[in-house]
Amino acid sequence: MIAAWPGPDGEYALAFDSGRAHRLLVLPALFDEANKTRHLIAETMRRLDGAGIDCFLPDLPGCNESLAPLEEQTLDGWRQAAGDAAAHFRATHVLTVRAGAILAPPALPGWRYAPTGGANALRALLRARTIASREAGRAETAEALLETGRAEGLELAGYRLGAAMIRDLEGALADAGRLADIEQKTLGGGGLWLRAEPDFDRSQADALAAVIAMGLRS
Amino acid sequence: MKRSHRISTERSRTDAVMRAILCDVLGLDEKAVDGFTGETGLFGHLPELDSMAVAGLLTEMEDRLDIVIDDDEVDGDMLETYGALLAFAEAKRERS
Repeated sequence: MIAAWPGPDGEYALAFDSGRAHRLLVLPALFDEANKTRHLIAETMRRLDGAGIDCFLPDLPGCNESLAPLEEQTLDGWRQAAGDAAAHFRATHVLTVRAGAILAPPALPGWRYAPTGGANALRALLRARTIASREAGRAETAEALLETGRAEGLELAGYRLGAAMIRDLEGALADAGRLADIEQKTLGGGGLWLRAEPDFDRSQADALAAVIAMGLRS
Repeated sequence: MKRSHRISTERSRTDAVMRAILCDVLGLDEKAVDGFTGETGLFGHLPELDSMAVAGLLTEMEDRLDIVIDDDEVDGDMLETYGALLAFAEAKRERS
C-alpha cells in the first residue's frame, strides 16, 4: 500500500500495484486542497484496485511525508517529480485533482478532476492569509503580499512557499492537452475541497472510480 | 412594478446560490441551511469556518455569482452573519 519511489528525497506513494495492464498515476490537489480531497482519492483508488486497475498517488517533494523543505520546491521540480513517478510506476494513464492539473506529464492520456490553475490556487492561499491577518488586527493586502512573495517567498495558510514557486504558480495554466475533464457535477454533491473540515462522500468516490474504470474499458 | 419584481427574483436567486455554497462549505444538508436566518452567525461563530474555509467560500461566490470580490471589501462585519453576507452578495450582483 505504501511504496517508496525514488523522488528527490526518497518520497513515498500510496500504491495499489499488482502488475496489471492499466496503471494510473494520480497527481494530488495542491496545498490545503490536498488534505481535503485525500480521503476521496484514497477511496477512489481502492475502488479502482477492485476493478483491476493499478494506481499510484505519489507524495510531491515537500508535501505529505516528504522530508524535503517545501520552500525549496519549484513547479518545474514538481513536474519533474511527476514525470519521474510516472516512469517509476510505469504509468499508462494519469488522473489529476484540482490544481494538480498543472503538473500532468504531457505524454500520458487520462483525466483532470475539477481542474484549476496555479493562479487560482495561489489566490485562495493569499486570501486566507489576508483574512487571518485582518482578524488579528493587521492590515495586509494580497497585492503587497504577492510583491513580497515574488521576491522573498511567503508563508501562506501554513505553507512556506519560496519566491520561485510563487512566481511559477502565478503563471501556471491548467492546459488540458490530451486529458478529459471530469466536472464536479458528474460526481454529484459539492466539491470536497470546499469543505471547512476534511470530509468524505462514498457516492462521489463511486462515481469518480466509475468514470475512470469505464473510460479504461472503452 | 416590473422593476421591483425583477429585483426580488434576483434576490431570491442570490439567496439560493448562497445557501447552496454554504451547504458545500459546511457539509450540511439543505434542510439545515434552509433554516439559516439573517441573524445566523458565521465567521467567529462556526469553529470550522477558519480563514482557509472563508477564502474558499469567497472564491466560490465569485465563480457562482459571477462577481469579483476585492480584498478591502472583506471584513469581519460582512462575514459575521448570514444576513450580512447575503446583503453583500446582493449589492455586488446589482452593481455588476
